[in-house]
Amino acid sequence: MTNEALQNLINSWIPELEFTEEGSQFLNISVKPEQLHQLMSQLKSNTETSFDYLFCVTGMDWGKELGVIYHLESTTHRHIIVVKVQTEDRENPTFDTVSNIWKTADFHEREVFDFFGIKFNNHPNLKRLFLTDEWEGFPLRKDYVDEINMVIK
Amino acid sequence: MDTNIANSNLKSEDYFINMGPQHPATHGVLRLLLTIDGEIIKKVEPDLGYIHRSIEKMCERDSYQQIVHLTDRMDYLSSHINNEAVCLTVENALQLEVPERVKFVRTIIGELTRIASHCLWWGVMGMDIGALTTYFYGFRDREMINDIFEETCGARLTMNYNIPGGLMFDIHPNFVKRTKDFVAHFKTKIPEYDKLLTGNVIFQKRMKGVGILSKEDAISFGASGPVARGSGYSCDVRKYHSYSALDKVTFNEALKTEGDSLARYEIRIQEMWESLSIIEQLIDNIPEGEHKVATNAVIKLPKGEFYQKVETARGELGVFINSTGTKNPYRLKFRSPGFSNLSLLNHIAVGGKIGDLVASMATLDLVIPDIDR
Repeated sequence: MTNEALQNLINSWIPELEFTEEGSQFLNISVKPEQLHQLMSQLKSNTETSFDYLFCVTGMDWGKELGVIYHLESTTHRHIIVVKVQTEDRENPTFDTVSNIWKTADFHEREVFDFFGIKFNNHPNLKRLFLTDEWEGFPLRKDYVDEINMVIK
Repeated sequence: MDTNIANSNLKSEDYFINMGPQHPATHGVLRLLLTIDGEIIKKVEPDLGYIHRSIEKMCERDSYQQIVHLTDRMDYLSSHINNEAVCLTVENALQLEVPERVKFVRTIIGELTRIASHCLWWGVMGMDIGALTTYFYGFRDREMINDIFEETCGARLTMNYNIPGGLMFDIHPNFVKRTKDFVAHFKTKIPEYDKLLTGNVIFQKRMKGVGILSKEDAISFGASGPVARGSGYSCDVRKYHSYSALDKVTFNEALKTEGDSLARYEIRIQEMWESLSIIEQLIDNIPEGEHKVATNAVIKLPKGEFYQKVETARGELGVFINSTGTKNPYRLKFRSPGFSNLSLLNHIAVGGKIGDLVASMATLDLVIPDIDR
């Protein structure tokens, strides 16, 4: 499917999504946290889109907002889409898990939790993956400070 | 007597056992917490982070030329392809067209890297399941490739031969001849590999039907590379998102549908033949020309997001760069093949024995720094 056709189709499911292709080689969708799970399960289950391959999950700190970027590909249609979700709540950022849609999200969401402190509702095993349980703070956030281990130029 | 004990209502309890972080079969500092009932595995829980260096955070303070050097230290057996991934992302973002010569050399060295990686994998995988001889055969042939790299790139493992805009220096005058010698040599050696290990009855029994992964699960777990292709999932990035000189060659994507350890093993053997064929198609046709194009001393990427996939020896490596227009990336993410491939280990190991876990893990071909980054 072309990006335009994808946009029209997905827009017919959930009207309030924001689409953009600016500054990216893929079609980007911004979704509100409460609509994330619905959109994601439709992207996977709909036969016209069938995004069955979640190949990259990136935690993001935009400075003010925290969020997650999902890169999806369809192994039947070979089209790619990017879904972004963000929140301004830095104290307790929470999104719904997509690990019940794609099994790979289990580990990837744990990585995002480990480094960004973003929690995922209904995740089967949300605990630190790389760092120790007693580690304080979330290192990949932009406001993280570690005076001993970080070399600042 | 024994049957009486087995049939009696003796209470059995699960117990835990640590495999790693210093276990020879994990090939690096990976710790697996196994939940076991007798000898049957009930759960495998990987514990990561023993060599996590936070390369993604380091990238945020480094220039794009410096980032290339960090990628060697992820999957060190695919170092050239990792370098290429970052260079391609930067070049695409700058809309920089590199000379044809660069593309050819990158692809040839990339395929040599793949063969070297598979040679090492083949050697240590035999060793993991008790066939010590394979180790020496695999390393013998890999040594020839390392010598080629040493002469042209100046390093044997962490080559750093790619730079944004091309190659650090031109190929060595001996490069073409030595590569051709290696191809001729290695063509006689793969049948030897098959003779020594592939057809061995004990080996077959250890591998066949062990660690079965279905195609649906392979896709859902985000598997890539030989692991996914052993389950019949066609996912070769070189085919679907061709880069460098790969659009100028014809090759077959190795595919098998069994999904067991033997299938993953055979895929890698097949891939070595395909890589030889790719090298043969390119080595005599390397175009004359410059080995790089000039870039600014300080590279600034335009504002935006850039993604590049490449096929390393382990599967799909993705580089995601979010740039705000400065000389450093605002965020850089490596989607490493090993991380996703590790996540399915629990799925394929449960219900099997510890010995089967070693066989399954060997055919996943994990490189721990690639997972920990």
